[in-house]
Amino acid sequence: MKNEQGMSIIVKRITRITVSLIFLFGVYIVLHGHLTPGGGFAGGVIIALSFIHVVLAFGKDFALRRLNEKLASIFESLGAVLFLTVSLLGLFLAGIFFLNVLPKGKPFNLLSSGIILPSNIAIFIKVGAGLFMIFIALAMLRITEGKKGE
Amino acid sequence: MIELHVILILMILGAIVAMEIEDLLSSVIALGAVGLGLTLEFLLLKAPDLAITQLVVEILALIILIRATVHFGVERKKYKANPLYFLFAFMFVGVFLWFSAKALKEIPNFGFPIMKVSSYYLTQALEKTHATNIVSAIILDFRGYDTLGEATILFTSVIGILAVLRKKGRSHEK
Repeated sequence: MKNEQGMSIIVKRITRITVSLIFLFGVYIVLHGHLTPGGGFAGGVIIALSFIHVVLAFGKDFALRRLNEKLASIFESLGAVLFLTVSLLGLFLAGIFFLNVLPKGKPFNLLSSGIILPSNIAIFIKVGAGLFMIFIALAMLRITEGKKGE
Repeated sequence: MIELHVILILMILGAIVAMEIEDLLSSVIALGAVGLGLTLEFLLLKAPDLAITQLVVEILALIILIRATVHFGVERKKYKANPLYFLFAFMFVGVFLWFSAKALKEIPNFGFPIMKVSSYYLTQALEKTHATNIVSAIILDFRGYDTLGEATILFTSVIGILAVLRKKGRSHEK
């Protein structure tokens, strides 16, 4: 019974297919944040949801072997530092904090609008890792405590 | 505009159901219905950015609520409320409604006279930032300080949650 953690085999099979699609949709929402509705925060939540999907379907032990808290905390800090770097770029290159210094390109192109795309990606990394970590802390760690009491 | 009010009434009903129902899982599901209604309201008011964010955050909050509360039978205690409390509650609600009715009369109509700041955003955003999603241009270019503060709030809250719950996590690892 120890191998049978998580939900039933039907859920696991479907999860294998859907998880990559959810992940891809999150990346799409982030990369087109300056062109269509969406952005770093919504995309980050979708990415966190795809990881949560794996954790719920396959059980805690299988999923957290790869995606543990340490990795999530590294990504969370990386996102915060990246966002701060993007905002400090304006201070160093032009003397104004948060100035849009990168080349802006043509409207409606993917690589356009200066610092909006890098800061979207930074927020995406940060929010995804942070919310996944909140989920692990709030929902998963308490269950082990319940098992210990049994 | 009628569909807005219908959804609003359904949301109020869902909130009352979530408060009053006995079963905890049903209460969480009623709360999800309220959030879905809010998503539809945002879509009807033509704010798709907000609708996407509201929908995904609602799903995340529902998952956390279900995993964190429903698995462990949370005790519900019944107690007799003092009738004086109801009086105070009704008084508070009455005063709140009166003040909000007075305040809502004063603000301009919904979206009609475009204000100075927003008209600047609407006319200049595409030229200045070359981003076609003006909401994105506002939150990450014109008002980037706000987004930096918001990111700091999220970072602080994650640190706080992990600091409170860290002990259990450590003992589980060993």
